[in-house]
Amino acid sequence: MSSTEQIQVRLNGKDRDITFGHTVQSLLEAIEINPLAVVVEVNREILNRDQYSDVGIHEGDTIEVVHFVGGG
Amino acid sequence: MTTTDLGVTAEVTKELDSPLEIAGVKFTSRLIVGTGKYTTNQIMIDAIRASGAEMVTVAVRRVDLDRTKEEAILHHLNPEEFFLLANTAGCHTADDAIRYARLARAAGFNEFVKLEVIGDDETLLPDVQATIEAAQILADEGFKVMAYTNDDLITALRLEDVGCVAVMPLASPIGSGLGVVNPYFIREIKRRLEVPVIVDAGVGTASDACLTMEQGVDGVLMNTALAAAEDPVRMAHAMKTATIAGRLAFLAGRMKSREIAVPSSPKVGMLD
Repeated sequence: MSSTEQIQVRLNGKDRDITFGHTVQSLLEAIEINPLAVVVEVNREILNRDQYSDVGIHEGDTIEVVHFVGGG
Repeated sequence: MTTTDLGVTAEVTKELDSPLEIAGVKFTSRLIVGTGKYTTNQIMIDAIRASGAEMVTVAVRRVDLDRTKEEAILHHLNPEEFFLLANTAGCHTADDAIRYARLARAAGFNEFVKLEVIGDDETLLPDVQATIEAAQILADEGFKVMAYTNDDLITALRLEDVGCVAVMPLASPIGSGLGVVNPYFIREIKRRLEVPVIVDAGVGTASDACLTMEQGVDGVLMNTALAAAEDPVRMAHAMKTATIAGRLAFLAGRMKSREIAVPSSPKVGMLD
């Protein structure tokens, strides 16, 4: 596969086309999210931050990027 | 000594009270506050500081990737200054609550979680069966579970049995501001449990916080009472002093009430 090929993923509840070849780390950088400020779940599996550079994003992946917000 | 802007002193020395201890972590303040529903982040942080609370609750939600609004709480709330208690608010099943708790722990602050499993959207009353089920699994995974529950003694005992580090019966429904609707059962739960009992939800104003603490419980948790007050910062001062007042009144032991008057001044020595 060439690196410019697009794949579709589901990111925070929305379908998105992204370039093939991303890791979690590079995807977060591409969407301007500070990796230290979020927790990432790929296909219902929660990742440790030290996995971000190792875990690749694949066609059809469901990715959730969460953080803390105000709550009671 | 802490002096509020109103000149009210709110000092609790070691002689007056011991710290609130939850799973080995000690807190000077017996007031725990939420961070939701404030009109601005600045009012939120000012109110939290005025409340004297050391433990503050936060929720886990998706990052808004469209960046329509700045919502990340940790831009405003320094985790070095406050002990963050992540909640599972909004979850309706044990599985969802467990998922949210695991996400919260992965943020890396601590292993505490405020477990909340909602059983009914109209009243926001807890699904106690699902709460007990989730509490057991999370406690077995090493979480320090502080479980939101109703004011039912048997549920509270079960939550303690499965390993919760604190049990948190409601005063009245979340966000209702109705105050303590059942002080008797709150006292019974406190009397029977060994882990800290923290009354969570339903407090509306300072007298509710005071009355809650007068039941002998270990702490009180509130959010809307501050956030929805016309002046949240002033209400936070009120809640701080009311929580201390109720706690000290409980420890002091109130006089016996009676339905006849007894003069406070001597009957002797009156002039002819």
